[in-house]
Amino acid sequence: MAESRHVAVLGAGMHPWGKWGRSFVTYGLTAARAALDDAGLGWTDIELVSGADTIRNGYPGFVSGATFAQALGWSGCRVASSYAACASGAAAIANARAHILAGLVDVALVVGADTTPKGFFAPIGGERRDDPDWLRFHLLGATNPTYFALYARRRMALHSTTEQDLAAVKVKNSRHGAANPYARYRKAVSIEEVLASPMVADPLRLMEICATSDGGAALVLSSMDFARRHLEKLGGGHGAGSTHRSQSRPLAKIAAVSTVTPRYPSTVIEMPHFATDSAVTPIPRTAENRPDLPDHATEFRASIARAAYEEAGVAPEDVDIAEVYDLSSALELDWYEDIGLCEKGEAEHLLRSGYTAIGGRVPVNPSGGLSSFGEAIPAQAIAQVCEIVWQLRGEAAGRQVEGARVGVSANQGLFGHGSSVLLIR
Amino acid sequence: MPSSERAGRPAGHGEAHQRVAAVDGWFTLDGAGPALIGQRCKACKTFVFPPTASWCPNPLCADTEMEEVELSRRGSIWSFTNACYQPPAPYVAREPYEPFSIAAVELEAEQMVVLGQMVRGTRVEDLHVGDQVELVLDTLYEDTDREYLVWKWKPVGAEPAGGYGDRSGDRSGGSGPKKSSAGGNRMAERRRDG
Ligand SMILES: [Zn+2]
Repeated sequence: MAESRHVAVLGAGMHPWGKWGRSFVTYGLTAARAALDDAGLGWTDIELVSGADTIRNGYPGFVSGATFAQALGWSGCRVASSYAACASGAAAIANARAHILAGLVDVALVVGADTTPKGFFAPIGGERRDDPDWLRFHLLGATNPTYFALYARRRMALHSTTEQDLAAVKVKNSRHGAANPYARYRKAVSIEEVLASPMVADPLRLMEICATSDGGAALVLSSMDFARRHLEKLGGGHGAGSTHRSQSRPLAKIAAVSTVTPRYPSTVIEMPHFATDSAVTPIPRTAENRPDLPDHATEFRASIARAAYEEAGVAPEDVDIAEVYDLSSALELDWYEDIGLCEKGEAEHLLRSGYTAIGGRVPVNPSGGLSSFGEAIPAQAIAQVCEIVWQLRGEAAGRQVEGARVGVSANQGLFGHGSSVLLIR
Repeated sequence: MPSSERAGRPAGHGEAHQRVAAVDGWFTLDGAGPALIGQRCKACKTFVFPPTASWCPNPLCADTEMEEVELSRRGSIWSFTNACYQPPAPYVAREPYEPFSIAAVELEAEQMVVLGQMVRGTRVEDLHVGDQVELVLDTLYEDTDREYLVWKWKPVGAEPAGGYGDRSGDRSGGSGPKKSSAGGNRMAERRRDG
């Protein structure tokens, strides 16, 4: 992809994940101010604020862009708010990027933050018999871990994954997360500790299922032209002698954002549905349907990062680091295959060989992943990008992947929202 | 039915309860051979469950005429798990809470996977990917005068709980998940070919 389609990441900022019990707006505000400071920009320099919505915090959460804009102080800038379940953060990034690439704005602020209840995610209140998310709890008692566990058990049956493998994913991520000041869980755990934690949804144990957290993340994105002018101004000008830190580090750029939907028939049972599509009616394979791809690549999860690679003109072999949505330890193994690190069924081998740990060829979840953070839904996909930005700049103290030049994030939101962001330096 | 309606009224144990579906129109109430009710597109013949679509989901078909059909009563387990902890409302749990198993079941004729709880007393230790199951109706929850029914999956030829011991060995000539998972593999490949 030509550089004309790149978008610069001038700033990244986060509020630490945890259970802080405050308004989501306070986390978003902290993250936004940190990102602006990191970029060397003021709030009133921003031309668009793009919010990632939360549905558990009332009306202000549904109009998050305006909520954050008002909290920062009405400036008259453009506003957008995006909802795509777990992929909301990526949708907000895609929205800001599209504005920038279309030339509508030069610089945008992306913010996502959440305050979450304790325990299993329950559907939002009221009796809603036309909502599959309400019905799956009512008729089946199917929680989110139910679906994660169905994938995990299926994986174990097809690929001989062991309980030790599942626990080893958690062990790896806990080591990574221990060094991350923004992570909620910062203690390295052992295989024995993971296997001693209570079973929640067989074969997944408490320590292998991502918790729900409060947190906030933000990015300042700009056109490449704006970035060049801005960085020149920071370097020279009247601030000489107090050079901004962005002068001495590589510039991270977004080369692609994938926001794909599944292709019919989607034959993997997806949250919150009761059934898959039916595959009785063959869909003819056209050039568009990519007959050259292996069969599993037509499954939804595998299509997510592939769209980002194609848009960026980057091959999976070029990737140095990945942040994937490890809602469960088993799901991280599925992602290794789905983002093209290996063939189907080879993820356990990658894990066991240390390939995906810091120090290995392609560290996965150097941030510690959802395993160390717990999910703050609208902030999480933005946090994945923050981590990749810090890694590409060489600023990930204590968990730095040496020489990382290409990073990819991958995420799947409820109701068919694929998202993947590809960054280069 | 919201759980609040269960509270505050005297329990009516021992009285004859009216058996009603916990959700209208998703399954037949035929005690001997209940079936899930799905939909089939008149034009492209694809299936849908639950039967709440007023359009065909096939991207190459713009038809809106969906007819109701009964789905296969038997299928094979695509995957399974259990709920060790009580799910939040609107699930209405037994008191005290009893963990239950849940399965994703592949229907061969329809080439789709449908979720359902396993019948009460089914343990995950007794289940394998590829096992055959059949549809039954079972109690989801009760209030003072009604028993709310839902579909559940039951191992084919299942004996009462505790009697599963050597079933897999009898059936496949081998034993354990290895054998069954090969069945799961075959099913997945067949579906891709279609
Ligand atoms: Zn049709």
